[in-house]
Amino acid sequence: MFESKINLEIKVCMGTGGIAAGGTEVLAAFDSALKERDIQAKLQMGCSMHKVGCRGLCAKDVLVDVIINNSKSTYQYIKPEMVQRIVDEHIVGGNPVADWLVADDYHNFYKKQVKVVLSDCGNIDPENIDSYISAGGYKATEKVFKSMSPEDVITEIKKSGLRGRGGAGFPTGVKWEACRGVQSEQKYIICNFMDRAVIEGNPHAVIEGMVIGAYAIGASKGYVYIRAEYPLAVERLKLAIKAAKERKFLGNNILDSSFSFDIKIKLGAGAFVCGEETALIAFIEGQRGMSRAKPPFPVYQGLWGKPTVINNMETLANIPYIINKGADWYSSYGTEKSKGTKVFALTGKVKNTGLIEVPMGITLREIIYDIGGGIQGDKALKAVQIGGPSGGCITPDMLDINVDYESLAKVGSIVGSGGMIVLDEDDCMVNVAKYFLSFTQAESCGKCVPCRIGTKRLLEMLDRITKGKGKEGDIELLEKLSSDVKAASLCGLGQTAPNPVLSTIKYFREEYEAHLQGKCPAKVCRDLLTYYIIEELCKGCGACLRACPAGAITGEKKKPHHINRQLCIKCGACFDVCKFKAVGRE
Amino acid sequence: MTNSIREIEGMEVIFIIGSNTKETHPVIANRMIKAYRKGAKIIVADPRKVPMVRFAELFLNLRPGTDVALINGIAHVILKEDMYDRHFIDEKVEGFEEWKKSVEEFTPEYVEKITGIPKEDIIKAARLYGNSRRAGIFYTMGITQHTCGTDNVNAIANLALLTGNIGREFTGISPLRGQNNVQGASDAGCLPNVYPGYQRVDLPEIKHKFEKAWGVSLSQNAGLKATEMIPAALEGRLKAMYIMGENPVITDPNIHHTVKALKSLEFLVVQDIFMTETAELADVVLPAACFAEKDGTFTNTERKVQRGRKAVNPPGEARDDIFTIMEISKRLGYPMDYNSPEEVLEEFGKLWPALAGIKYNRIEKHGIQWPCPTNDHPGTEYLYKGGFPRGKVHFTPTQYTPPAEIADKDYPFILTTGRNLFQYHAGSMTRRVEPIESHAGEPYVEINPSDSERLDIKDGDMVKVVSRRGNIEIKARVTRMVSEGVVFIPMHYREAAANILTNDSALDRHVKTPEYKVCSVRIEK
Amino acid sequence: MPKVTIDGRTIEVPTGTTVLDAAKMLDIPIPTLCYHPKLTPFGGCRLCIVEIKGIPRPVTSCTTPVSEGMEVTTSTPQIEDLRKTVLELILSDHPNDCMVCERAGDCTLQELAYFYGIRENRFAGERRIYTKRDGNPFIERDLEKCILCGRCVKVCDEVQGVGAIDFGYRGFKSKICTPYEKDLDCEFCGQCVAVCPTGALTGKLWAFKGRQKDIKEIDTVCPYCGTGCNITLHIRRNEVVRVTSREDTWNEGWLCVKGRFGYKFISSSDRLKKPLIKRNGQFEEVSWDKALDYIAEKLNDIKSKYGADAIGGLSSARCTNEENYLFQKLMRAAIGTNNVDHCARL
Repeated sequence: MFESKINLEIKVCMGTGGIAAGGTEVLAAFDSALKERDIQAKLQMGCSMHKVGCRGLCAKDVLVDVIINNSKSTYQYIKPEMVQRIVDEHIVGGNPVADWLVADDYHNFYKKQVKVVLSDCGNIDPENIDSYISAGGYKATEKVFKSMSPEDVITEIKKSGLRGRGGAGFPTGVKWEACRGVQSEQKYIICNFMDRAVIEGNPHAVIEGMVIGAYAIGASKGYVYIRAEYPLAVERLKLAIKAAKERKFLGNNILDSSFSFDIKIKLGAGAFVCGEETALIAFIEGQRGMSRAKPPFPVYQGLWGKPTVINNMETLANIPYIINKGADWYSSYGTEKSKGTKVFALTGKVKNTGLIEVPMGITLREIIYDIGGGIQGDKALKAVQIGGPSGGCITPDMLDINVDYESLAKVGSIVGSGGMIVLDEDDCMVNVAKYFLSFTQAESCGKCVPCRIGTKRLLEMLDRITKGKGKEGDIELLEKLSSDVKAASLCGLGQTAPNPVLSTIKYFREEYEAHLQGKCPAKVCRDLLTYYIIEELCKGCGACLRACPAGAITGEKKKPHHINRQLCIKCGACFDVCKFKAVGRE
Repeated sequence: MTNSIREIEGMEVIFIIGSNTKETHPVIANRMIKAYRKGAKIIVADPRKVPMVRFAELFLNLRPGTDVALINGIAHVILKEDMYDRHFIDEKVEGFEEWKKSVEEFTPEYVEKITGIPKEDIIKAARLYGNSRRAGIFYTMGITQHTCGTDNVNAIANLALLTGNIGREFTGISPLRGQNNVQGASDAGCLPNVYPGYQRVDLPEIKHKFEKAWGVSLSQNAGLKATEMIPAALEGRLKAMYIMGENPVITDPNIHHTVKALKSLEFLVVQDIFMTETAELADVVLPAACFAEKDGTFTNTERKVQRGRKAVNPPGEARDDIFTIMEISKRLGYPMDYNSPEEVLEEFGKLWPALAGIKYNRIEKHGIQWPCPTNDHPGTEYLYKGGFPRGKVHFTPTQYTPPAEIADKDYPFILTTGRNLFQYHAGSMTRRVEPIESHAGEPYVEINPSDSERLDIKDGDMVKVVSRRGNIEIKARVTRMVSEGVVFIPMHYREAAANILTNDSALDRHVKTPEYKVCSVRIEK
Repeated sequence: MPKVTIDGRTIEVPTGTTVLDAAKMLDIPIPTLCYHPKLTPFGGCRLCIVEIKGIPRPVTSCTTPVSEGMEVTTSTPQIEDLRKTVLELILSDHPNDCMVCERAGDCTLQELAYFYGIRENRFAGERRIYTKRDGNPFIERDLEKCILCGRCVKVCDEVQGVGAIDFGYRGFKSKICTPYEKDLDCEFCGQCVAVCPTGALTGKLWAFKGRQKDIKEIDTVCPYCGTGCNITLHIRRNEVVRVTSREDTWNEGWLCVKGRFGYKFISSSDRLKKPLIKRNGQFEEVSWDKALDYIAEKLNDIKSKYGADAIGGLSSARCTNEENYLFQKLMRAAIGTNNVDHCARL
């Protein structure tokens, strides 16, 4: 039935999402099914089967690519028990199992994406350096060591227009150049944690980026800060460092040059403030992750007082691709001032959630409606919160703005950590602001007053407002304190923490005002809601009465029921349980 | 101190030997830590793992009483590796060749055998100290309270001379004084062989000078040192003693012996602020004013004369010592008439040029370091700037001699004594401070875990420590502060007084300092 | 040596000088709370923010080194407004009990609240509540008064080299505590007490012994080791109620446990108050005249019987220079012997 010339490749998505969905078992099932049928032996060298990193659409895991003679079929929602049929019908029989193949929404998800950083994620085996090398990995390192001076590297990176992928978007080449210019017998490069997908899917790209960066600035030591809560990322990075050292891409005398560079892993316990360079430095020095005043900037006095460049994973993972394909290629993507691509975590009320990489300058509309497939349940879009907890929100009338550093800043948001949360009509903006602030407030390092106490007071005010205890002047006081906290805080955390408050007030002031009047328009803030029975619709089925945990509902069978507002705890159980939409709330 | 505390901050190398600086001179230790933060390298040589070891580049854990060997060993390496300051020696020191021969035998291998310090560490210490020209040496009683104390001090001086680390800023030899006016009491001539300002009583022209100043003829007999007075009392040569502010019963070696001697006196006057163990033996006890109840000056370890001020009135009829001394003197037919302490200092200054320029009005806010010969002299931060006073100084060859008592079958442990951070000396002051007493009010003997395990002693057990002089019962504190075979007892606690055990017959050959730092004991459960 | 212009006045300062220090040289006041001249800058309290031309946001003057041509404005309505907000925020989480606070009148926070006229607080909210848990006999900690300026943490580490305490927890719950909240491993030097700008750290010994009123401060020298630290005795009604040390002393205000807390012996009830003469093994209180006459009589007696060298004197390393000088003069000139020594060797 098939000849030994046939080339078969099976790729099983095994990022954290893939593993959680059963990727390991699926891979094992393929292995045993193929063995059983003796296919592997027959195919000999032509068959390969391996894990790949996350490709972004974790909601459809386990995703499996079956590639026969360069013809790729992708399956979604694969469970181990489904493997036998794929082997039988597709690999042996030659007919893909049509029911299980991915559909248009899958393809649409990728259509407008441009993958640079994530280009190899989901294709290569992150635990196998050869897989990376055969995809063109470490070519950039070889190129740099063979034919480029550190200045050449810096020039190329500057020309590419690459900017720090996180935080303020400082031009990477300029940072490197500044650090290169400082005289010091010891310099460091630090890779800050950002998204685990890159490390899980392609750790070597980060290592390669660090090696090239270290070469450019003249650092002999590097640190990767990585959160201990992501054991898979840690494990894969460790493996990758070991493998890179064995192949002389890392360690003493890299590629037999006189340049040596070593990387240490520094495990952290997920402190948000370590996104702040100075806090990360303090943490790596063995102290509490606490921000320090700038200047002096780390490129002049960083880790242990030595010149230090800090880049995040995404920034560094761009480097090898820029070196390989050239600055011009890279800068062909993006807008005038924001070049290249950017990874976003698209979440919230959008149909396709996942990790996406898009060219800078793409419109928000394209992201939400083309890539994301529109709003769940086709409800009305209310806002998009961009840039993580320190970002700001954007309203539907701004959907056609370009997603880049400048345009987002103009409307009060940031690229930031690349979070992109889609909110619909059911989301209360005061509550959203409270949610983000409760996170940043708890993550404050505690050093400076505006951040430590100021964010707490902001949170208290928001909490009051959502509980119907707000009073006149609260909105103005929120604005005042928010702007003072921004102005007076020591580091990026405090300087941006009030952003969600300010931007929600800016665009949804009436929603705040409604809360002061005792109403939550999105019907989210429990304390502001009242539940009642719409007598005309109530059939007296008793479902709500049984569901009520507070015994607040009374009524005879087949007669309209009644909610005692004194007893009602506003849990919403009656609302959810009523089949006749006879429970109202406002 | 030849140099100043302030200068510690500018040193490259700080060599601490026989000083538990962090506990006995905490504020000087603060300066050392400041220097450490600026990159200074610290060497600590001590039989105990004292707290300064935390900041040390190198810890030399020597056996008690082997300091001369260590220091000579360091000198040996400095010579061998040609790190010494030839120019300085040629210009300012004599006896180099002779002394050089005397350290020849102190090879690192030989010194390792004596001290127990690995030879690599001896070489490392030599390189650290020898290669620096901004290095200071600091020591306290860990150097002096030995039969070979004078040799220890000479060996240290040799080391500083060898490297030229003296006579310049950020260098020097710094004995750290243990009490707030040891320096001043010595300066003032409370020493049997010298008048105020270290002017020898056996030189006729000096004696004549003082006779003229004081209007009386003076004795030409050499006086007794404190440690000689006790045996003299026992032998009946000394009949009366006047003790001002001292408690020799607790602080002298072999307490039983001291008590017996004081009891054998015909007459004993003690002047103190408390009824001390010594005062209890007195015929007359005079109530004195404490530091806060009188005006005067104190001279600190860096020769800085500072103003002490009366802040409160003494209790009851207690009087300051000037009053008491003047009253006794008057009754002995030698009236002294001073209207204020200031006048006393002025007289002192007239007799000792180093103090001549120090006047009360000049030290109202900040003290002045002697020598300060004139009223417009700023004082002297470090000595020997323009060379040594008598032209050249000598290298003094020193040989290693073992301590008087060494561990043997019957007394297998070496006891070393000293202070802890919280208590002070005989404890008459600190033990009356409730929080200090509640925190550190209990005597203890430090013993190494391997020793305690062998003897089946647990932390907190009561043990009996026995020496050839006596025994005490005391709580065991199991700690790695002390090495195997060494135990440590703080001197402060009368209820388990370390000086019941210490050796009063082992005195430094020259200055008669007792060997508190080494005696042999056994531990009984 | 860069030149900097602060509030229109220009000064040349050594490289590395901070804007705050440069302003001090010009005697331009800038409010601070976490800044301490002997410790590395912290930049946490944000009160010392200033405007620097060319820098878009206010910066803390304590952490910013001067650069050539820098133009600084230390006070603008916006800066003062921010300072006021910061102060209000601190006070919103601070007990309002100055009436019974040990540091009242000597409290930087209180003083700033006074100067900024803070009476109402726009940001009143939750306050941290801590149960007191202090086993140590020296230092009283009132964490509710702690403003997390970090001075105690820094002094313990940088000056004392101990590191007994550090910041713990995050956000509003941040507090100063021992590592992992284990037992305090402390030398009780009290340096932290000395640098605390509020009433968070005080000495247990001087609690309720008097604050500012009727307190006399006398500068003198510590009675303990030979370091000779300068101390200041706080006197109320002829009693030493507290010991401090001034920052401008050569010891920079640092003391040890004995120097700072070891003063209670002065007013101990054990103090000798009357001359005593022993008769039949018992001490009897006598008048000074009687005691002195008796001493003179006995010494003269012994001298004439055995010679002056039968008398010995021990002086004290804790007495003053003047007393020691007179003591040896007494022994040498009045008695006629060189038998005089002191405890330098012990």
